[in-house]
Amino acid sequence: MSDAKKFMFVNRKAPYGTIYALESLEVVLITAAFDQDVSLAFLDDGVYQLKKGQQTKGIETKNFSPAYRALEDYDIEKLYVEKEAMDARGLSEDDFIVPVTVLSRAEMGKLMDEQDVVLSF
Amino acid sequence: MLHIINQSPLNTTTLDTCLSTATGGDILLIEDAVYAATKGNAAEAKLKSAMGKFKVHVLTPDLEARGLGDRMMDGVSAVDYGGFVELVSNNKNCQSWL
Amino acid sequence: MPNIEVAGKSYETDEEGYLVNLSDWNTDVANYMAQTENITMTDQHWEVVNFLREYFEEYQIAPAVRVLTKAIGKKLGAEKGNSEYLYGLFPYGPGKQACKIAGLPKPTGCI
Repeated sequence: MSDAKKFMFVNRKAPYGTIYALESLEVVLITAAFDQDVSLAFLDDGVYQLKKGQQTKGIETKNFSPAYRALEDYDIEKLYVEKEAMDARGLSEDDFIVPVTVLSRAEMGKLMDEQDVVLSF
Repeated sequence: MLHIINQSPLNTTTLDTCLSTATGGDILLIEDAVYAATKGNAAEAKLKSAMGKFKVHVLTPDLEARGLGDRMMDGVSAVDYGGFVELVSNNKNCQSWL
Repeated sequence: MPNIEVAGKSYETDEEGYLVNLSDWNTDVANYMAQTENITMTDQHWEVVNFLREYFEEYQIAPAVRVLTKAIGKKLGAEKGNSEYLYGLFPYGPGKQACKIAGLPKPTGCI
């Protein structure tokens, strides 16, 4: 792990309305094979990706939210949610399908600064 | 007139533009715009205050897909795809705020 | 190969032979898929295939080999949660072959 780089995936889009959320998740799962230090950050509408209770039968689209629960098996355990974004959407930590660390926007900015590679979705 | 919005209110200015441009009638929130009609979101007050002028509808399958079927704010009418079609046919014209 | 014929029924597959519709899967299809991979299904094979189907049901993804190995170890014991055992059953890759037999898509993160 000594030559592991710090990768951050920045997720800012709601699921289903666009393909970004699903694309990000797929890249995350693929990247996991390379044993890097991976963080997932959820900002703005990206926090909606983690909302519990998604039921996609009515829109005939695959519900990919259960896959966030498999991230642990992929040794991806650093999930960060921006507090301001969560609050603005009337959500709380209990609304998420997986355990997350809630950070202020300022803390998120700092964490972003520390990364070697940032991938934006 | 029917106004259809499909963008998240916290990510784009689409809802604002619609609310300040349209003179009244029906508003239908679909896709990512359904977030505007959820309890506690930052655009809630904006939508609420527009309710005197507009009748606001939200497409249920899109709300449920996003895990928010139980969070719809008061005063909004829930419609399914059949209701979507009815709104289109009952209005003389329709603007999609893409 | 867009379609396969099994026991008089036609099933849609992708260009790599994976089942297109998950809900089409049954044991006849599994046995057929195994045959095309030169695998004779035993209880040990079924255990892995069923495990994969349960994993998919739960998480909606086919796990990468590394993840599958670890998860099998957790559920079925260390003597089964290792590459030697799984490659012994599925010589051309437990991810690739077992997923195909289980009617799942190719594993995400399979490189």
